[in-house]
Amino acid sequence: MSYYDTLIFDLSTHARKGYTLPKRTFKRQALPTHLLREDCPGLPEVSEVEVVRHYTNVSMKNFGIETGMYPLGSCTMKYNPKINQDLANLPSFSALHPYQPTRTVQGMLKLLDDLQSYLSEISGLARYTLNSYAGAHGELIGLMIMKRYFESRGEHHRVNIIVPDAAHGTNPASAVVAGFKVIEVPSEKDGSVSVEVLKGVVDENLAGIMLTNPNTLGMFEKDILNVAELIHDHGGLLYYDGANLNPILGKVRPGDMGFDIMHINLHKTFSTPHGGGGPGSGPVGVAEHLVPFLPKPLIKKVDNTYHIERDNETTLGQISHFYGNVGVAMKAYTYILSNGKEHLPEVAKFAVLNANYVKESLKDLFELPVEGVCKHEFVFNGLKDKSTGVTTLDVAKRLLDFGVHPPTIYFPLLYKEALMIEPVETESKQTLDRFIEVMRVIAKEAKETPEVVKGAPHNTIVKRLDEALAARQPVVKYTDIPK
Amino acid sequence: MKTPKGLYYAETHEWVKVEDGFGYVGISDYAQHSLGEVVYVELPEENDHVTKDTEFGAVESVKAASDLMAPVSGVVVAINDDLEDSPELINEDPYENWMIKVELEDPSEIERLMNAEEYSAFCEE
Repeated sequence: MSYYDTLIFDLSTHARKGYTLPKRTFKRQALPTHLLREDCPGLPEVSEVEVVRHYTNVSMKNFGIETGMYPLGSCTMKYNPKINQDLANLPSFSALHPYQPTRTVQGMLKLLDDLQSYLSEISGLARYTLNSYAGAHGELIGLMIMKRYFESRGEHHRVNIIVPDAAHGTNPASAVVAGFKVIEVPSEKDGSVSVEVLKGVVDENLAGIMLTNPNTLGMFEKDILNVAELIHDHGGLLYYDGANLNPILGKVRPGDMGFDIMHINLHKTFSTPHGGGGPGSGPVGVAEHLVPFLPKPLIKKVDNTYHIERDNETTLGQISHFYGNVGVAMKAYTYILSNGKEHLPEVAKFAVLNANYVKESLKDLFELPVEGVCKHEFVFNGLKDKSTGVTTLDVAKRLLDFGVHPPTIYFPLLYKEALMIEPVETESKQTLDRFIEVMRVIAKEAKETPEVVKGAPHNTIVKRLDEALAARQPVVKYTDIPK
Repeated sequence: MKTPKGLYYAETHEWVKVEDGFGYVGISDYAQHSLGEVVYVELPEENDHVTKDTEFGAVESVKAASDLMAPVSGVVVAINDDLEDSPELINEDPYENWMIKVELEDPSEIERLMNAEEYSAFCEE
């Protein structure tokens, strides 16, 4: 593959058109001169074939789930079935306008309302809003709900949010943006939180705790019921970060574990393109006592007709345009229905089986700090044999040469050479075996020909980049590239 | 790993050099080595007050962003401006390139820090 670095603007030729407009059938309307542009907008003037070739070439520079295996830990890069796209593309949905009268969009409202109730059933929480755009947005909304709840009770002093040190970085960030104070607690060896440690930090200022379960090391929080009891006894709320929902889908419900608020990453667990491939969606679910604080608008069914509820006294207000990323919601809806209640738990089963299969097949060559059965993902602390100085970064770069997307690296911060692998349920045994084989080859190279690994990638269009230079002297504008 | 004598070290890997009632604060060789190539250093402003064991800034490397914890308390009388444009100085010589100069509020805070020998042993653990 040759290097392609052309911008569509470079292809522009003056007066070239890729379209013809129908003859004008309406009268020309003169716009007030102060509204007119003074010069042309500088759009590329290209033919259809130039556009198609350009974007095909650009797409080939990308690595996606449709190119190869993508075991990016904590991201659940599962294959996104095409039937999702088919439904989302149906003109009877995609051509709707959010300002249409509600009586003309009953089908769409039913779909969104049904999706909310499916998410409730899956997670064990009373009600959902689909309005948040992504996981981190969902976290922020969830915490704002928490804030509003305490304010409504006059408990303004409750500002402490407990976050384990292994948590996703978005957790403390969301808490701070929502106006809380973060209390970081160290996690145990297996990444779990200890009730004893929590006892030391819960006081009258406790607002709540943010957890993922399974945790960042892919281990299930066995003490979760005791954690929930402790937090609730001290008047706090439990927030569930839904990033790791995949391995418990249809098996255990956060609501039953005692969580009061959670977000679900539809784009992860419910298979919609993400990570550069499409927008996210992070519906927020709450337990019954928090329903009044959900943001508006909410969809409400009265006498077989769907209405849009815009105001109530306690609502958080509006947090997005209309109803969030509806296209993503439609794909998630399709995914849930096409699997069905009977088969959704198989997603969890195979996600867990695949992760354990890969882990057990590689732990003789890679350092596994936490033994035992994991859930959907696990973390290696780099190569077992570190004598040749080959780092996790080198291993990740070398994987590119074999057409595999690297796992998440240097997260969580619990281990120096963290390599976080989440194979997901949609990969076949053959694909997993090839990944294992490639990882074993790289471990062997690290020992015998370490320079090959340290200099990787060798087969990609772009070779090893100087990340420090890129961060110190970023060139973010095309026109700033030195010619 | 270099651990010059005469400096005082914190468990969070900052060092202090005491001169005429002022403390120069930077991060240790061990810290810069663990961080990898530093790409950004965020420092307080002159005249800001820093408090022992609380955050006074951050260092970012290609791997991670880490808080800087003040090993001593006091008013910041100078910051090392060079680090803004050349954060790599931290990797090149972490002891020559101090970050902030603090007017020491409580000299006894120094006594609670480690000396070079103790810090070397601490890093090996």
